[in-house]
Amino acid sequence: MSVLEVKDLRVSVETEQGTKEILKGVDLVVNEGEIHAIMGPNGSGKSTLAYTIAGHPKYHVDGGSITLDGENLLAMTVDARARAGLFLAMQYPVEIPGVAVTNFLRTAKTAIDGVQPSIRTWGKEVTEAMKNLRMDSSFKDRNVNEGFSGGEKKRHEILQLELLKPKFAVLDETDSGLDVDALKIVAEGVNRAKENTGLGLLLITHYTRILRYITPDFVHVFVDGRVAEQGGPELADRLENEGYDRFLADAASPSQA
Amino acid sequence: MSAPVTLVTSPANSDRSDSPDHSRLGSKQHSDGGWGLVPVQVRSARFSSFEVDDFETVTGQELEWKHTPVAKLTPLTAGELDGSPLPIEAQEVDGARVEWIDRDDSRIGRAGKPEERASANAWSSFEKALSITVTGEEPVEVLVNRAGLGDAPRAAHTVIIAEHHSRGTVVLQNSGRALLSENVEIVLEEGAQLTVVTVQEWADDAIHLASHFSEVGRDARLKHVVVSLGGSVVRINPSTHLSSEGGDVELFGVYFADTGQHLEQQIFVNHDAPNTKSRVSYKGALQGVGAHTVWVGDVLIRPTAAGTDSYEQNRNLLLTDGTRADSVPNLEIETGDIAGAGHASASGRFDDEQLFYLQARGISEEDARRLVVRGFLSEIVQKIGSPALEARLQDAIEAELLVGEVGR
Ligand SMILES: Nc1ncnc2c1ncn2[C@@H]1O[C@H](COP(=O)(O)OP(=O)(O)OP(=O)(O)O)[C@@H](O)[C@H]1O
Ligand SMILES: [Mg+2]
Repeated sequence: MSVLEVKDLRVSVETEQGTKEILKGVDLVVNEGEIHAIMGPNGSGKSTLAYTIAGHPKYHVDGGSITLDGENLLAMTVDARARAGLFLAMQYPVEIPGVAVTNFLRTAKTAIDGVQPSIRTWGKEVTEAMKNLRMDSSFKDRNVNEGFSGGEKKRHEILQLELLKPKFAVLDETDSGLDVDALKIVAEGVNRAKENTGLGLLLITHYTRILRYITPDFVHVFVDGRVAEQGGPELADRLENEGYDRFLADAASPSQA
Repeated sequence: MSAPVTLVTSPANSDRSDSPDHSRLGSKQHSDGGWGLVPVQVRSARFSSFEVDDFETVTGQELEWKHTPVAKLTPLTAGELDGSPLPIEAQEVDGARVEWIDRDDSRIGRAGKPEERASANAWSSFEKALSITVTGEEPVEVLVNRAGLGDAPRAAHTVIIAEHHSRGTVVLQNSGRALLSENVEIVLEEGAQLTVVTVQEWADDAIHLASHFSEVGRDARLKHVVVSLGGSVVRINPSTHLSSEGGDVELFGVYFADTGQHLEQQIFVNHDAPNTKSRVSYKGALQGVGAHTVWVGDVLIRPTAAGTDSYEQNRNLLLTDGTRADSVPNLEIETGDIAGAGHASASGRFDDEQLFYLQARGISEEDARRLVVRGFLSEIVQKIGSPALEARLQDAIEAELLVGEVGR
């Protein structure tokens, strides 16, 4: 069984004012087939955790470890991590001018699998996946994320999740900016991916509403670069009613090491 | 991966230096109507003459030469040129005529008048001009293949005329060796729709100076595309006179400069009639020590040109250290009554976020770079409108990228 393990992770970024410590010792274990929701207020370090797992060069790991099935992810390049089975659905997907979606998807699929996808089935698979996500087939010929609306960008992320079939996916605020219909469509896509591949999920979100459609096994409350509390789905309900105030009071103490 | 941004600013656009982050291409877009820009020169007042002797010896101090390695160009600016017809191949097609014409033919001189010495030298020296006339309303494509013009300094003159309401594409395809100065006159009569593509895939030591002059008639549309990939010094200067109401011009360019290459283009759009429209878009990639590109975009909106709609942009992708991209937009607006006039200019490194996004999908850094560059340049190639030529140019660009990787 696959497992993604984050241990005592400490991460900082270089800012104009000097080094800023963001993650201050994060521990997480995500097993294959599990859904972990990570919830927390703005600026608590959720995206930092997501980017660090994916290997964004901006974030410096000062301590701790991230392993996938015991393998040290931190020693791998960004693309090697993806090929090892990791996927990050980004909070703000990037536009890539002049690169058509079809070309991009085929290139990514080839890179992940190490072989070209079958000409016979790939086209159908893409068409089917797009249909499920209610994406018009004209998106195939458009440039990656260029001129996509916020919701279209998020669907395009889930399209990739379904087609690339990772072992673990980190979804960074995939729900934000979606209306109810789009939220349902995206949630269906995530559930479908899980059903089909049994992947493990780290679902980063600000709000509880997506958890109505995707049921988490565990909920972690993220505050000031740490997991402040964890529990089952009932914790999400509590957050829905109480907000983060209870945790923020605790975190008000000086955070700079 | 977060390499520093190498930005070449020019005095003409002080507005670019206010933001240090040019690493994200496209981040410096603005359409401010150009009111904040001080033109470095008044383009409308530039000297012109058909006689080479009317121009002073080129020193490199002149506005039109100051970015160019003039020492290498002496044979073309100061020497004697062989003006005999170029050894070209051109296919005759229905709907177009291709012929050599004499110097005193009335078709010559309808669009152009030299503004610098190499151009005047070519004008003074050519013996016969190649005349291409597009006549039919059904779109035609004329390919002129100029392969291997040799080492001797030469002059050439070409006249492309699109008769009223005709449609066509003329491709000047250049390869092999050359030491050439030339003028190309392009005339669009009323309602004509013409595409002119000049492709420079010269050998490494070739030197090519060209002035393209176009005259766009009433409600006519010109699409002009410059593709410069090969050659030691290549300078293509397209200028367009929108002299009749409703004229429309698109000036596109794509270039890829390798180690030691100098690729230059000085654009001039002269809005001289009401309701004329221009779009200028040039994109380039630079790779290797001494790769140097120059883009100057002069747009002049005369008092006669009420309702002008104009936009120009130049973007450069600096792929390695040691490259230099000069990018100088100039807007000169002489009427308050315009529909729009804007410009954008940005030169920067790879967008790290684009590379990260692609790598996060398993694509290797090398492949990700290739995808991004090809995508960046293909935006222009896609506009040519000739599928076979587009496909061939995409491959040529791909080959340029691979050449660079060997040396990396
Ligand atoms: N490159 C950076 N430079 C400076 N500060 C940064 C940088 N990246 C992140 N930070 C800071 O680190 C903190 C955590 O940011 P992060 O984006 O991880 O938060 P988040 O929990 O994802 O917030 P949100 O809910 O708004 O998405 C914030 O205070 C942010 O300003
Ligand atoms: Mg975030």
